Parts: sequence; structure tokens; C-alpha cells
Amino acid sequence: MKNTLTTHPEAGPRETLENAFSCGLETAWSRLEEQEPQCGFGTLGLCCRICRMGPCRIDPFGDGPKTGVCGATADIITARNLIRMIAAGSAAHSDHGRDIAHSLLIAARGEATDYTIKDEEKLKNIAGEIGIEVKGKDIRQLAEEVAEKLLAEFGRQDGELLFTKRAPEKRQKLWREEGLIPRGIDREIVEIMHRTLMGVDNDAENLIRQGVRASLGDGWGGSMIATELSDVLFKLPQPIRAQVNLGVLREDEVNIVVHGHEPTLSEIIVAAARDPELLKLAEEKGARGINLAGICCTANEILMRHGIPIAGNFLQQELAITTGAVELMLVDVQCIMPSLGSLCQCFHTKLVSTSPKARFPFAEHIEFKEEEALSIGRRIVRMAIENFPNRKKEKVSIPSKYISGVVAGFTPENVYQFLGGKYRGTYRPLNDAIISGRIRGAAGLVGCNNAQMGHDASHVQMARELIRHDVLVVATGCSAIGLAKAGLMQPESALKQAGRGLREVCEAVGLPPVLHLGSCVDCSRILVTLCNILKEGGLGDDLSDLPVAGAAPEWMSEKAVAIGFYFVASGVQTIISPSFPVEGADGTLELITRGLEKIVGAGFEFEDDPIKGAHLIIKHLDKKRAALKLAPMMYDLAPSALTLKNKDVEKKKR
Amino acid sequence: MKMLQIDIARCLGCHSCELACAVEHSRSKLLSEAINESPPPGYRVSVIGVDGAVGPLQCRHCDDAACVMVCPSGALVKSEEGPVFLNHALCVGCQLCVIACPFGVIYSDREGKAVIKCDLCRERLEREEDPACVTACPTKALRFIEPENVKE
Repeated sequence: MKNTLTTHPEAGPRETLENAFSCGLETAWSRLEEQEPQCGFGTLGLCCRICRMGPCRIDPFGDGPKTGVCGATADIITARNLIRMIAAGSAAHSDHGRDIAHSLLIAARGEATDYTIKDEEKLKNIAGEIGIEVKGKDIRQLAEEVAEKLLAEFGRQDGELLFTKRAPEKRQKLWREEGLIPRGIDREIVEIMHRTLMGVDNDAENLIRQGVRASLGDGWGGSMIATELSDVLFKLPQPIRAQVNLGVLREDEVNIVVHGHEPTLSEIIVAAARDPELLKLAEEKGARGINLAGICCTANEILMRHGIPIAGNFLQQELAITTGAVELMLVDVQCIMPSLGSLCQCFHTKLVSTSPKARFPFAEHIEFKEEEALSIGRRIVRMAIENFPNRKKEKVSIPSKYISGVVAGFTPENVYQFLGGKYRGTYRPLNDAIISGRIRGAAGLVGCNNAQMGHDASHVQMARELIRHDVLVVATGCSAIGLAKAGLMQPESALKQAGRGLREVCEAVGLPPVLHLGSCVDCSRILVTLCNILKEGGLGDDLSDLPVAGAAPEWMSEKAVAIGFYFVASGVQTIISPSFPVEGADGTLELITRGLEKIVGAGFEFEDDPIKGAHLIIKHLDKKRAALKLAPMMYDLAPSALTLKNKDVEKKKR
Repeated sequence: MKMLQIDIARCLGCHSCELACAVEHSRSKLLSEAINESPPPGYRVSVIGVDGAVGPLQCRHCDDAACVMVCPSGALVKSEEGPVFLNHALCVGCQLCVIACPFGVIYSDREGKAVIKCDLCRERLEREEDPACVTACPTKALRFIEPENVKE
């Protein structure tokens, strides 16, 4: 096995992987080996397949062609391709948001009776915010109006998206002046597709600006709508204890794994799995109960709201099946490997696809409809139970020692209470801690796993180095799951690894040093949190003044590109690894690093070493602290062992 | 001694061998850094198209090598193991070998002061690895095999 197979010690069970390998089963890692070496033109972003005069390639060494057949340079090609990635990522998040808004609409109209409005207070707050009169309306009427108004955001043609008003005045003004405020969620995505067509927009900066605008339509539009309305429909998460990693699968219970992204279905499965009739059936089939576990972001959604355990993140979807203990894996959309079906053929596991948008080889398709949600949910759970007797004992190997505790379910709303107490919620203690130099600042760790890199290794190493240097870490998506597996979201053990200042603050208010903020659409929660911190005062008057940064240290999905861009466009410096496929074009590279910084006050940095990445963040936070004239860090730290080691290595290289 | 075999039918003209060759002959041996090196590393294999067929072409390491015969400085040597090696330090850049080579696979370097040619990835061979172009080929159009295994 090659080094690409390295997983972080707490990340996941190597044994399961080795087991799969020795059985001759394919996984993402073995398929990567088949793919290697991967194409250098693609890695550098120097190929273009947009029109059929191509495919064209630019020679990065300068001996061969410098432009495509149409005359497009490396800068044009990379900029076009990069913003197409933004279009895809924004489309995915936003379509998820659209589905949630649609569910709320039909629930409000009484067409989907299995859904109720669980968080009336949040609904009223949103209604007030977007200019809907709350008084004298019953909750269903209000929900209908909110859903309709937010659904209209997708097809809006002009003006400014409603939630962009949440951003600080100064940021809104900057966006307005630079022409970056999204006019409509769908419109900006469509415009990317138009502009990148052969022979339309051929100016790298103009292209990137449109990418920025579409990404803002995701962060402050589609994703934010997904988060806000999920809270309305399924309740605002509250801090909750749960368990993570493949060890959550149970040998004596029916294991159902939900995988994908949209909570509309997984919420119903949670309800169906608690149905007494089905529990009785499970008992009849010889199981001690029904064990629900999640993978990827749908896991984060039900973890945050119900404490349902997480089986793993993106790269563990195949490993879950190879435990031989999963009766049924249920998938909807996004990040679902097409390999799952054929892997299920080697076990008794049933793969069930549910979205009309996403079908998979060897999967049984049971289409999900909100109108019949619970009966479909029950049917799927029943199918899993009936599959339990088919489980082959000799094939079962659950890596039970891989399990960690996690405290999840933080939101911008409940962090208020954590910091200020139940009756006078406030961000003041956090701002004070930053101002006085106990906490250096905050970093958002987001994004995927990537088989090209050690599984979770970058997330974990980066987070450890950050909290050691008194940086509060917030995480979403697969990054959050990776950090949870490493025990960084368990206050008891994690605080030991935190710097003294951060530890003091976290102990005082009862928070872990790494906060789980939810799924990938919940990156919008990070934006809202930053706005709240800014409003509390004392840390500047724009998001780009705050000592905060973002990182996607193991990204692979186009969704991460969209998130990265709306972070940067909101003024948050962001560290990316592996680099975006633009390295072959100096102009585009310059544009998205230093160029964007000039326009929006933040840019991208590419760094593959997670420790060096963490120090880029620390350096950035220190720069922002200095600009705000904040107190020096209260307990400054000797350079870490890890950084020392890196320096030694560098010296040796010289 | 193993030799390079090219299966023209399998070559899709992706130029991956060229990139891998340049990276292998760069200082950093990393694609992302090699593209910024000065002078650029340059590649010793090139994908050429003739009459609709496309394939990679690099030094054939001829037994009776014209380039070795014309080299006035002794920079080009037919080694005992088989490959024709270039001693860069001895090359005066007269380009006679470029003219003499019947396959056109010896190139002038970027500064025109010396030539560059395929060395079958000498360092890789010492580590018992196949040449970079061979491992880079996604369709296995390039193979590095013992002469007796060459199929007609």
C-alpha cells in the first residue's frame, strides 16, 4: 500500500481499509493508485474542453502552445474553469436550499403533514428581518409567506438578495460599489455559464468577479436559506453529546446509515426508526434495536438536532459498507460515491437512492416525496430490518475501538447564551477575550476529505496547532467530523491541547475549543457569527477587520470552491489545500491571491503543509490584531515542537 | 537491458509523457515548482503526429549512433549498458548531433549552449524504476520491457 493510504491515527480504522484491500475490494484509495500519476495539465488547470475546436492544452514549460485554438491564454482558461466550479458548487448548495424552502412551503400549506414548524421563534425573527408583518398571522400563514418570499430569491432578477443585508454596512457598500452584490441566486449561476461559453467573457478579472458574485449568492443566499429554514422546519440545534466514528455501528442491532446532505429525509428516518411497531419487528428478526448512523452532512444535520451518532466522513462511506454490518445505506444527493452499489454487492447491504436528481448503479430507487414522507421512511426502515437476517456473521468486522465523544450543535444563536448566560445573551465575553489577548482570533475549518491526502490528517494537525496558539476553531462538514473523531470537540480532552488563554475562556463558559457548527451549508452560520461578533463592537467595522481566517485543507468538491470564494468575498482570508487548479496561470493566481485582497480585503493562500497553513492563519490574525491595536497575546507561546521540527527539516534541506 | 516500446495505436496524444519528462529533469522534481524554474527544465520526449497517427518520440539509443560518431567533444557516449548518455559538462553546443540524429530527438537547450536528450531517466533506472514517461502514460502506450518481450 502506498502512502496515500495513510490515515490520521484517530481518523479511521486502517484495519478496515486493509481488510477491504486484502479481500480485493476497491476503495477510493485503490482507485487513486490506478489513476496515478494524474494528469499534470488538469492539475495546473491548463486544459480547456469548453468548445469542440479543442480539447486544448497550454504548455506550462513554454515550449509548446501558449493559447488554445480560439486564442484563450492560460489565464482565461483557468479563470473560466474556476468560476464554472463556483457555479457548480453554488448550484448544489442553493438547490439544497431551494428544496428546504419548498418543503417549508408545502408543510405550511398542509400538503406535507409529516412536517411541522418546530421553531416558531426563529420563523418570526426571519419574517421580521425580511419585511413580513408577523402580527395577527397564524404560524402556518407566516411560514407560507416566508417560504414564498425566500423561494423568490432564487428567481430574482434585480436588486440585492435579502440576506446580504445581514452583512455590515461597510461590506454591503463595498460589494455595491464593486458590483458584487448578487441580484438573484440562480441568475448569477446562469450568468457564469453564459460568460464562460466560447467567445463571451475573456478577461480573467471580469470572470473572477462574476464568480465572486455567484458565490455570494450561495453564502448569503442559497446556503443561508438552507440553514435558516432547516432550523425553522426541524428546530434550532442545541448543544448535544454524541459519538463519532465507525465504532458507532452495532453488532446486535439493525444498522441504517443515512448518507448525503438534505435533512428532509433523514429527519423522517429518525422518526421512523423510533416507531414502536418497527422496533418490535426488529426484535422479531433477532436484532436488539435499530441503530441509525450518519455519513457526511446529512449526518451533521441529525447529529446537531437529535444526537444521532456519526459513522464517518466522506472517505469512510465505503468503509462503512465493508464492516459488513450495515443493513441499508440510504443516499440522497452530493458526495455519494458511484462505487457504493458495486461494493454493496459483496455484502448484504442494500443501497437505496431517494432523490429524483441522483441515481446510482446497483441501487434500489425509492423516490422520496415530502407529501408521503413518513410512510416512505417507514418503508425504508422496514426494508433494513427485513435485511437483518441476511447479515453474514463471518463478514462482520466493526472497528469498535474507533469511537469518540463529541459535543455538537452550536449556532450563532445559542453561542449568545453560552457566552452571556440564558437571560442576557451576548457575545461580549468572546470579544473581550479577543481584545484582551486571551484568544488570538478564530478560524473556520471547512471542506472535504481528499484521497490524495492523508485522511483527516491536515484538518486535525491544523486545528491542533491553531488551538495551541489560542485560536478558537469552528468547523463544519467533513472537517467537523474529522475533528470530532480526533476528540477535539470533547471539552475534557480537547482543552488540554489548547493554549492557556483559550483554555481559560472555554473553561469559564463551558465550550470545547473546537465548535461544531453543522453541515456544509451551515458555513453560512460562520458568516452570521462573524457579523454578530462585529456588531458586539471593539473589533473594527468590517468583516475584513476581524482577526479571523478560513481553511479548507483537504478539499475536493466544487462546493468547497464556492465556500472559499464567499469567505474571501466576505473579507475572510482563506487557506486552501490542494491548490485550486490555476497554478499554471500566473495572472489568475495573482488575481485570486493578492488581486482579490485589493478588491475585497482578503484573498486565498495555498499551502499543503497543515502546520505551515496554521501559521499562515496565525500570522494573518496577528496582522489583523496589530491593525486593530489590540493588546499583545496574554500568554505567548514558545514555537511548537512541530514547527521546530519543520524548521529543522528546512535547515537540513539547505 | 530493457528498452522503450511505443504502441502507436494506444497513444491518445495527451502529452503527459512530456510533462513527466520535464518534471523528472527539473531541479525540484515537483510539477508546481518545475513550471517556474529558470531555465525551464525542457522535455526530452515529444508527442508528434504523422499522417493521422500520433505517438511519443524520444532517443532510440542506437547501437551505431550517428550522434556519438559526430560529437567532437566526446560528450555523447554509447554506454556499455546500452543507453546513449550525454555528459552535459563536455557539450560545447555545436549542434552537430542535432543535425546528425535521424529521428530528430536531440534538442538544443533553451540557452542554445548545449543539447538535451533522453537519458532514459538515469536516476530512476538506478532505483530500478521505469522512466518517467512510461509511468506517466495513462494508456500504457509506452512500455519499458526486455527486448525478448517485444512483440511484433
